[in-house]
Amino acid sequence: MSDGTITIGLGHFLIVAAILFTIGVLGIFINRKNVIVILMSIELMLLAVNINFVAFSVFQHNLLGQVFSMIVLTVAAAEAAIGLAILVVYFRNRGSIAVEDINLMKG
Amino acid sequence: MLQAFIFYMFATVLVASAVMVVASRNPVHAVLFLILCFFNAAGLFLLMGAEFIAFILVIVYVGAVAVLFLFVVMMLDINFVDLRKGFRRYLPIGLAVGLILLVQLALVVSSWAYNPSSLSNTPILNSPDVDNTRAIGRVLYTTYLYPFQVSGLILLVAMIGAIVLTLRHKPDVRRQRSSQQLDRQIDQVMDVRKIEPGQGVNL
Repeated sequence: MSDGTITIGLGHFLIVAAILFTIGVLGIFINRKNVIVILMSIELMLLAVNINFVAFSVFQHNLLGQVFSMIVLTVAAAEAAIGLAILVVYFRNRGSIAVEDINLMKG
Repeated sequence: MLQAFIFYMFATVLVASAVMVVASRNPVHAVLFLILCFFNAAGLFLLMGAEFIAFILVIVYVGAVAVLFLFVVMMLDINFVDLRKGFRRYLPIGLAVGLILLVQLALVVSSWAYNPSSLSNTPILNSPDVDNTRAIGRVLYTTYLYPFQVSGLILLVAMIGAIVLTLRHKPDVRRQRSSQQLDRQIDQVMDVRKIEPGQGVNL
């Protein structure tokens, strides 16, 4: 800092992750009708969480964060696969993916 | 200085492409921007020295998840113009919620001080003799074995669930049933007849 160089610290990564998470939440709000973009926004939020985990892990010299980040990645992949499978089945039955009709799925 | 430049480059492209993911009109473009987003996040991970997570991110997300999204977006014949009708209506409340959330998160990050003893300001995780992948491999299969196995179980359940959800049997399509084939007896399907010469056979 004193010699004029900028040090990229933990706070920088946390700010980026916070912005990314906010964009994900915003995406869910403004794309209320499009399930595919909602799923993509959830992926963005999970990515922000991953950035937080890895940043803390790296700056604390503790590998647990990176291991947990892999588990978050696994859950995200499973969630995307299941979500898209539900979407395909729903589209096959209804011919659209409008979210407002989606409560018809309850029996 | 170079590190700062690389960080700001990756972070800027990451945030910009994330904005494009939620704001682009065409979902195919949104998926492509999502891929760009993941690549830049992988760049940030590389900058932090977490190479293994960076490459896993590229392989899993770009190689599997984003391709899955692209496949579904292109396979389903959806009129995406109808789906964007509420965009203007929900934009103010979305922006309000996003702004509040961002301010809260910024307060959390900025009003929070490092404990110098627990947190180092240098992102050097790897000692020269043990690289990041080797270090993760050493703890992943020993200390964190059970979480690792549970994540494998989650993938198995997800795979079975996705197959069960999307598998369908059309009634008008003939399918091979091995059990039915093997159960057939010879007297059900064959009829041996003696045919006299010069006479036809009446089936």
